[in-house]
Amino acid sequence: MNLQTFRENAWNGLWKQNTGLVQLLGLCPILAVSTSVVNAVSLGLATVVVMAVSNFAVASLRNFIPYEIRIPVFILIIAALTTIVDLAFNAYLHDLYLVLGIFIPLIVTNCIVLARVEAYAAKNDPVSSTVDGIMMGLGLVWLLGVLGGIRELVGNGTLFSGIEMLIPGLAPLSVFGDDYPGFLIGVLPPGAFFALGCLIALSNRIRMRAAAGKPAPVASEGAAPASAAP
Amino acid sequence: MSDRYTATRTSLRTAGIMIVFTLAFTAMMSQTYRATRPAIEASEQEQKMRLINDVLPPGSYDNALLEDFVAAGRTPELGLDRGGRIYRARRAGVPAALVFEAGAPDGYGGRIQLVVAVGADGRLGGVRVTAHKETPGLGDYIDPRKDRNKTQPWIGQFAGMSLADVAPAQWKVKRDGGVFAYRIGATISARAVTNATGRVLEYAAEHRDALFAASTGSAL
Repeated sequence: MNLQTFRENAWNGLWKQNTGLVQLLGLCPILAVSTSVVNAVSLGLATVVVMAVSNFAVASLRNFIPYEIRIPVFILIIAALTTIVDLAFNAYLHDLYLVLGIFIPLIVTNCIVLARVEAYAAKNDPVSSTVDGIMMGLGLVWLLGVLGGIRELVGNGTLFSGIEMLIPGLAPLSVFGDDYPGFLIGVLPPGAFFALGCLIALSNRIRMRAAAGKPAPVASEGAAPASAAP
Repeated sequence: MSDRYTATRTSLRTAGIMIVFTLAFTAMMSQTYRATRPAIEASEQEQKMRLINDVLPPGSYDNALLEDFVAAGRTPELGLDRGGRIYRARRAGVPAALVFEAGAPDGYGGRIQLVVAVGADGRLGGVRVTAHKETPGLGDYIDPRKDRNKTQPWIGQFAGMSLADVAPAQWKVKRDGGVFAYRIGATISARAVTNATGRVLEYAAEHRDALFAASTGSAL
């Protein structure tokens, strides 16, 4: 794989084809767990692992999978690898598992994994497929982090609550003070739709401005996470 | 004739490949399961002991707690649908406390598993959630590690309470006319834990002597 493919994969995953902002795939787990930054980023990181592993496995086996039964085989591979990741986390990274554990089985239900396997890994070599899985996952991580941050801030007035379980020694930030009464809609499901809707609107605005302002293929303005852009 | 032959052969071949994939990945899963089981069981035991230490001070008993237990079968009063253990803490041979593995069948996301310590005087040492499927960020405050209020976690209100302080009819969350606090937006999780704790206390009051008298490891 060359640098050009790497850049393309990174740009697609982090911004251009961002799973949450553009492809709108896997919304159910996204909306369910983005109640706080730590929850959201934890699910994102677990997804990165599963996507990288399943993209690699499918890309390596792609020449042995008959076209007619590719979907059942993909599902079998994803489910098996998720189970293995779940068991391995439980056995060897138990403290982390106590935090991430409930999210890992959720990943099987996330159609983004199947979508990337079908759209990318089934047609590309293992290395770029792994990179694609990681980048798509990282695109999800930053979006989930922002979404979780908004919801946590509105709902609880804090940021990074629960961080002490992930990284001992760090404490959550109480942004609005301890007497913030909490605005429940932030953590309830409707708050997830409102927040994600606002984020999609913002990203569409940035994209439209970029498209209108510059005929060049890739915009460099605005899009903060696009450090990998050419 | 040859068309039908080809079609049959193709489907057999496809089915064969599917079977090979299924067998290969099932084998991978079972191998991983077997390889990781000892580590998982060890950390679960360690975690259980850590939880018991939370509800029962390690200095309040002097026997090997995890080895002194009664095996309870299916016990609806304790919310055990597949059985569980009741550990017996003794100090110099005198009954000190009972530690119940219990459950609340009616959590928002299904069963909530609990550890409940009840002193020989009928006072709760404490309650801890060992496993649950409540909504992250909403109902999961029943687990003090997820509770936003670190100084006074919700589950702490049970410590030291007994049926002498709160009658069984009052052993409910405030919304149901009882005395225990809950958090708005997630009543069901609090209600399930509260009611299950009350049931454990009643069970302990009724069976305390029989539980301490039963021989170690025996079934109830």
